[in-house]
Amino acid sequence: MAGSARLSEPAARTRGVPAAIGRPGPSAFHRLNPLTKATLATVTAVAAVVLGGLIGPAILVAVAVIIPAFAAGVLGRLVRTALLLSLPIAVSAFLVNLFFLPGAETVLLRIGPITATAEGLAFALEILARILAISGAITLFYLTTRPADLVVDLERRGISPRVAFVANASVQTVPAMVERAGQITAAQRARGLDTEGSVWRRVRGVLPIVGPVILGSIAEVEERTMALEARGFTRPGRRTLLWSPGDSTAEAIARWALLLALLALIVARIAGIWP
Amino acid sequence: MTLTLSGVGYRYAGAAQPSLLDVDLELPNATVIGLAGASESGKTTLCLVASGLAPRTVGGRIRGTIRLDGEDVDAWPMHRLAERIGIGFQNPGTQLSQVADTVFEEVAFGPMNLALPREEVVERTWDALDALRIAELAERDPRRLSGGQQQLVATAGLLAMRPTHLVLDEPTAQLDPAGTRLVADAIGRLAAAGASILVAEQKTDLLANVASRVLVLDGGRVVRDGPVDEVLGDPTLAELGVAPPSAARLRMAVAAAGIDTAVLGSLDG
Repeated sequence: MAGSARLSEPAARTRGVPAAIGRPGPSAFHRLNPLTKATLATVTAVAAVVLGGLIGPAILVAVAVIIPAFAAGVLGRLVRTALLLSLPIAVSAFLVNLFFLPGAETVLLRIGPITATAEGLAFALEILARILAISGAITLFYLTTRPADLVVDLERRGISPRVAFVANASVQTVPAMVERAGQITAAQRARGLDTEGSVWRRVRGVLPIVGPVILGSIAEVEERTMALEARGFTRPGRRTLLWSPGDSTAEAIARWALLLALLALIVARIAGIWP
Repeated sequence: MTLTLSGVGYRYAGAAQPSLLDVDLELPNATVIGLAGASESGKTTLCLVASGLAPRTVGGRIRGTIRLDGEDVDAWPMHRLAERIGIGFQNPGTQLSQVADTVFEEVAFGPMNLALPREEVVERTWDALDALRIAELAERDPRRLSGGQQQLVATAGLLAMRPTHLVLDEPTAQLDPAGTRLVADAIGRLAAAGASILVAEQKTDLLANVASRVLVLDGGRVVRDGPVDEVLGDPTLAELGVAPPSAARLRMAVAAAGIDTAVLGSLDG
């Protein structure tokens, strides 16, 4: 039957999955199961909010972000990425609280009609610590985990292949759209579009780019859907996985321990046991 | 193993006119049938209908019957048809799953969806990569390949499904001559293995090389249907918006110059 006929020499039969697929990460932290790293990031981010204050989130950043990032060899990239990620919101939150915290009275500095207060500064630093903990935890996960690894692991644990595909495709779509935007920008520039200069000129230059990027992506949806259908994507049930990330009992215990610790912290805060 | 279309007509949703009218087509096993025609003649629509994507995925209304090995496929879900009929499109970018980090995973995507045993998925994937001579790309990121390479990867993804019937809509539109030859070779090997293949192509040279029979569409109707030499050698082919293959053009030029065309041999010679 042609449907099962070979197309090439039988030598291919002896080959396995290429080494690049599922290749272990460069550090022990990279090699942790993606769900363990996702749990750590989630618990760190939520705990930073629940803990409040300055010391708690600062200790979290040191223990759950900086030390693992250093061990994974990504500390430099983490600092750059986390700062880029959090800088706009961190700066605005810091300034708003420093100058406009309601009820603050201890004046540190006056600049014309606005006043920086000591209470505002303390609260702004607390907010800053939380933002850094959240962005640091997310960035650490992002820098040490391939999206496909997490999706494959979740699929192995039983989530629908369609949900896994949508999750993975959503992540992968962002760089694809950025690349498409770059191509369209180059094409529009070649036709005389001015995207340099004043802010107004830049904003005007964005409009002819956004339209083709979005409409082009929408126009491709039907053909992408057909291509997926033609490759058996809508077949119900589980699909074959070529590989899946490793996991261990110790990691499973660690995940549950992290979640229970977070739960205990939330209960303690609600009950007023934690200050 | 035959794919048969009888009196098939098709109208896209919201369209005033049908895009296909009374098409009869029989795709027996181990056969390559070429599909030629000007733009908007209905080639892509016929490919979608023959593969089952229209109307299942595309919508619209279909008339007539489509049978696979004598069985009416009207009620078959798309994933069941996909195991028997593969379809490839001309834009390689939209055929990639976008979720595979390596070419190997991209090609394995279809067999993985079919829940085949892992060993068979791996074996089929290497087999398809070898068939298109792109095994050295196995560890590359498919999104970082050239358009031509992506088309070969997309075609390998289809071959890995090992369909008994293959529908290819301008599979070499973005390929260079070397890539076109690889696809042509793969088509020949697949047909030799027993598959039936429908190839819609503007490149009539490719059709002259791989097809045994050619249909020409015009306004959604089949206006020529016959052996490849006869149809592609027809001097009126250009009137239908189809450029004759090089050999036919040479033959016409030779004849126009008053030289005996018998010295040129057959179209594929």
